[in-house]
Amino acid sequence: MFAAELLVAQNIGFAVIALLMIVGALRVVTTSNVVHAALWLVVVLSGAAAQYVLLAAEFVAVTQVLVYIGAVMVLFLFGTMLTRARIGTERDLNNPYWRLGIPVAGLLFAAMAIATVSSFGDEQLPADARVVSVAEISDQIFGPYLLPFWALSFVLLAAIIGAIVLARKD
Amino acid sequence: MTLATQLSAEVLAVEVPYWGQSLLRVLGGIVAVLLPAGTIVYVFLFKMMSFMQSRLGPMEAGPYGSLQLVAEVGKWLQKEDILPARADARVFKMAPIVVLVSTFLLVAVVPFGPDAWFTNFEAGVFYALAVSSLSVLGILMAGWASANKYSLLGGLRAAGQLIAYELPMVLAVIGVIIQAETMNLQQIVLAQNAGSIFGFDGLGNPYVLTQFVGFVIFMIAVQAELTQAPFDMPIAESELVSGYMTEYSGFRFLIFFIGEFATAGVFALIASVLFLGGWGIPFAWFGWTDLDSVANWMNLVGPVIMITKMMLVAFIIMWVRFSYPRFREDQLQRFAWKVLIPVSLANIAVTSIFKVVM
Repeated sequence: MFAAELLVAQNIGFAVIALLMIVGALRVVTTSNVVHAALWLVVVLSGAAAQYVLLAAEFVAVTQVLVYIGAVMVLFLFGTMLTRARIGTERDLNNPYWRLGIPVAGLLFAAMAIATVSSFGDEQLPADARVVSVAEISDQIFGPYLLPFWALSFVLLAAIIGAIVLARKD
Repeated sequence: MTLATQLSAEVLAVEVPYWGQSLLRVLGGIVAVLLPAGTIVYVFLFKMMSFMQSRLGPMEAGPYGSLQLVAEVGKWLQKEDILPARADARVFKMAPIVVLVSTFLLVAVVPFGPDAWFTNFEAGVFYALAVSSLSVLGILMAGWASANKYSLLGGLRAAGQLIAYELPMVLAVIGVIIQAETMNLQQIVLAQNAGSIFGFDGLGNPYVLTQFVGFVIFMIAVQAELTQAPFDMPIAESELVSGYMTEYSGFRFLIFFIGEFATAGVFALIASVLFLGGWGIPFAWFGWTDLDSVANWMNLVGPVIMITKMMLVAFIIMWVRFSYPRFREDQLQRFAWKVLIPVSLANIAVTSIFKVVM
């Protein structure tokens, strides 16, 4: 059976949340209703936030909730409800090339698994992992990573202006 | 150490195990949500509104109608639980629970005393703002799953409004964060009560004085987030027949109703922590300097102070609600994007300049 050090609360929590996320992710692509798919995606994203909490990454978890659930998913639901969301099952939801997604997903998983294993290997989080304070994160963002941060801001600015240009008819 | 352990250690002389502490925290959270909700509904919605409209309000159930709440809850619980024939049953049933859960998650960061807190999040303010946005999800679910055009319209209006007013709310709070140099609500309370105004520390430094612009913007945004009049376009009972709540009856409507006023109470608590000094009294009165030096009896006095301040802020919310007519949809959006957001950005700029200069 399992080794004793595997059966700690964090691992059990991780397993339960991960299972929920996998079920949610499968339902996102198999359900036959757009709004249901979006709501299952909410389950997956909140699962990710819960995993961040388990990793003692409080700030990232809160950001995940604020950005993905509070903003992205709400806008997504808002958009689908404004345009086409019907109640009940819809037949034509599946893209005819959906099978192409399977190898892409497999490839992505393999790439991420290799990257994770090769960069961390057998490293373990210390059992008494300290919660990283917001000040430390901001020192990093506005110190060594200032340039990427600025570049990202410009990308977002360009995206906003582009959206306005595309949406305005006059 | 929480209030519970404090009490048990000093008064009852028993050590509360971890599971017991957790249980007490959960129970405390439920009380902290339901007690303000009930008080706000009775004192403001039943009585104050009636007095402002020159009538007595409920008078039959109990002395001065004080048991009216019990009667109302009884009424709603008896009502038939109706599910529209073409509704999406599962999403329809889940929606009110999502709204209520967001309220319970919200109260988790509010501190009630030096040791009386539920969770002491490092990024407490940030967490509160993130979690408060979850209720939009429940409202959208309710509006869509009801299979009713009025409900869908109400849900979409609510979502549009909540997205628009979340921004000024976040931006208004940033002024406080800059001044307090922390996102932790406990530290913000400390910064206000241990602070001083030009060397005078008899009042502490409640941020409502220095961040008055932020406070006003925050309160307007809260009013809109709660969809209280004048921002009740999504509910608009004369036009949309209660918007996303149209199809709800019985205890599901009751959950929405409790959620609305409980969220009002929790937002009032958060506003009093951010701007009115929270549970604290000016530390200079007793010569306290930091959280550890605060006397233990503040754990009992703190909640009382918090509830008092909560009632004060909730009074303002309800006062505005009963006084102003409804905004039109375009006025509402224009007000958020063209007035509140620029003003709050200017507030952040001015606050940062003062922070650097002083």
